[in-house]
Amino acid sequence: MTRKQRRLGFILAGLVVIGAAVGLVLFALSGTITYFKTPSDLAANPVPAGQRFRLGGLVADGSVKRGESLDVEFHVTDTIKVLPVVYRGVLPDLFREGQGVVAEGRLDELGRFRADTVLAKHDETYMPPEVAKALKEKGVKLGDGATHPGASTGTPSQ
Amino acid sequence: MIAEIGHFALILALLMSLVQCVVPAWGAHVRDERLMAVGDTAASGTFALVLIAFVMLAIAYVGSDFSVANVYANSHTAKPFIYRLSGVWGNHEGSMVLWVLILALFGAAVAWFGGYLPVTLKARVLSVQASVAFAFLIFILLTSNPFERIDPAPLEGRGLNPILQDPALAFHPPFLYAGYVGFSMAFSFAIAALMEGRVDAAWARWVRPWTLAAWMCLTLGIAMGSWWAYYELGWGGWWFWDPVENASFMPWLAGTALLHSAVVMEKREALKVWTILLAILTFSLSLMGTFLVRSGVLSSVHAFAVDPQRGVFILAIMTVFTGGGLALFAARANDLKQGGLFSPISREGALVLNNVVLATATGTVLIGTLYPLALEAVTGDKISVGAPYFNLTFGPLMIPLLLAIPFGSFLGWKRGDLRAAAERLLVAAGVALVAAVIAFAFVSPGPWAAPLGLALGFWVLAGAVWELLFRARLGQAGPAEVMRRLSNLPRSAWGTSVAHAGVGLMVIGIVGTTAWQSEQILAMKPGDRATMAGYTLEFRGIEAGRGPNYSEDRARFIVTDAGRPVTELFPSKRLYDAPRQPTTEAGIHAAIGGDLYVVIGDAQNDGGFAVRLYFNPLVRCIWLGAILMFIGGALSLSDRRLRVGAPRKARKPLVVPAE
Repeated sequence: MTRKQRRLGFILAGLVVIGAAVGLVLFALSGTITYFKTPSDLAANPVPAGQRFRLGGLVADGSVKRGESLDVEFHVTDTIKVLPVVYRGVLPDLFREGQGVVAEGRLDELGRFRADTVLAKHDETYMPPEVAKALKEKGVKLGDGATHPGASTGTPSQ
Repeated sequence: MIAEIGHFALILALLMSLVQCVVPAWGAHVRDERLMAVGDTAASGTFALVLIAFVMLAIAYVGSDFSVANVYANSHTAKPFIYRLSGVWGNHEGSMVLWVLILALFGAAVAWFGGYLPVTLKARVLSVQASVAFAFLIFILLTSNPFERIDPAPLEGRGLNPILQDPALAFHPPFLYAGYVGFSMAFSFAIAALMEGRVDAAWARWVRPWTLAAWMCLTLGIAMGSWWAYYELGWGGWWFWDPVENASFMPWLAGTALLHSAVVMEKREALKVWTILLAILTFSLSLMGTFLVRSGVLSSVHAFAVDPQRGVFILAIMTVFTGGGLALFAARANDLKQGGLFSPISREGALVLNNVVLATATGTVLIGTLYPLALEAVTGDKISVGAPYFNLTFGPLMIPLLLAIPFGSFLGWKRGDLRAAAERLLVAAGVALVAAVIAFAFVSPGPWAAPLGLALGFWVLAGAVWELLFRARLGQAGPAEVMRRLSNLPRSAWGTSVAHAGVGLMVIGIVGTTAWQSEQILAMKPGDRATMAGYTLEFRGIEAGRGPNYSEDRARFIVTDAGRPVTELFPSKRLYDAPRQPTTEAGIHAAIGGDLYVVIGDAQNDGGFAVRLYFNPLVRCIWLGAILMFIGGALSLSDRRLRVGAPRKARKPLVVPAE
């Protein structure tokens, strides 16, 4: 083989790998990404039941109800619209009423959001950025109470 | 006073780095030895000054000097000593000082130990290294000064986020930074070589130890982070494809590719242009990681407090260094001489495959990490790209790479014999086959691909072990002879095998825990029992307790295996005093076969507690694998070959190395 043929061979092999990767990336991006929505986004553009997405907002005050064996219900709000959420499992440490939360799951036939994952923040002074941004866009003022839960009352858990 | 000394030292360090940047480069240009020698002194000076600043900050932290705003915001008198110290780098400003300290240390190390380098190359390396330090020192002084005072000084600090008060996390950032800041050396060498217009095998030999040291630290740093996330976050997972994890993983992937392409360059003078490009890109990815973590553009559990001004500043630094580096590369790459020829089936060929796959994999991680940002900028849609994307793209790409690793070691340079290599690897293939069959037959049902994944891990592991034994002539020579040969193998051969064995072990761990993890979520009352993976757990209730700076509700579980007592586990929920923040501490029974992992959740209405149980099979192998990679790197680094200068051609006049 001449130098040129060899180089061509390497370039072809490289292209095969990169082509495969591009295919995988496109396939994966079309199938696995999840959209982030607030209750108001949903009211404006309804999502069909069964489609996976991430719901963000604040846990509405006084909305957390514990049912039988690990069932939890709460409302997520962006202060304009409210959406009921049902979840079964262990809530994160920093899950609290009045605090930012991101839940991942699907809408059921009753219009409730059935979450399989609930994420709260990992830091007392930290708000999930999508939530902070979405709330800001909705014109919600984030006072100290929102960003510093030390000031807020009502801890349903613990 | 302490804070002012620190602040002043940083300003002096800025000036010193400017000297280190300008004078040796000018000296190299006009070939003035004295000017070039200024670089050595300046590099030590910059390091000493940044060290003073760092020590001053540490003193302020340890002594709880709350008149310093940074200490007030991130420390507390009730914290144990070790966390008051680690608090120095547990926040944006302090961690930037550590970042620059490590950068300056690498620069100074070239000045101290780089006596074997050609003087102009060394001068230029020091100069490029100083330019990076200069940029980041300006960044610290203008946007992130850790020495700002507050008046009047508060009596007590706000405390460090309790999930950061942890031994693994105390040392995670220093290793991580030593890793990705260490790649600045590869960058500086690449830029200096492009300035010189000359790149050869010797260059690869000089740059490899620095890259290797950085890579080792990054490997350990990432592994520590993963281990911490595993036991501290209480989700039972060890990697989340979180954007910030990706930010450290991309330089690791590119750095791993760089290590391997530098081998080809050193041995065969091939892949020069590619290696230089990779050196520039690896450090660019490190800079991008710094940008992503500190600009607040990403939504991540790790992100530092958001400040747009900082983000723009780091973006500018990144643009200058990446853009400048690539522009210089574009202008000069054509002047680099073509290297040695090799056939596709050869060790070089295998290493090229390694590079193609690792570079492509870096690309897929990059796309997954940046795509949400790009989409939001274009359409305003907020999306998240999670683990399924990465498992679908990154996972399949690793298969050809893992298949090729053992072949690479058994193929000869320049022209290899695939058939002979395959015959020699029959042993490894046999081990892999047995592993797959055992997994199919005896392990509880899981995904069909899992036994194959396990086989892949054993293939790499057995291939690595077999390479050593084969080179020691196992089966041909007597045991004593084999032992003698094993101990006479060069350390770099041991390093390669140990690191590759680590990769195999890690794959085994990843496949095992991903495929066969079992999880239960229960509500348990005191006296209740649960079974998990053959263990029986009896919940004995919850007790209130008190630690140095937290109160906790500690649950007690008695673990038995077929009636035989195994251990007791104490998962707890803590509430820290400052800041008042709850954390979950998992109870873990660690064993090589798998971890029993218990987390206690909220109290239920009926007096029970939510309990999450996991069994994570083989999960320890992941971190053991990373430790093996580190050890492999260390063995290779200690090889004599890397410590002495490049071989000199006999025709040239013999120069005595300065060592």
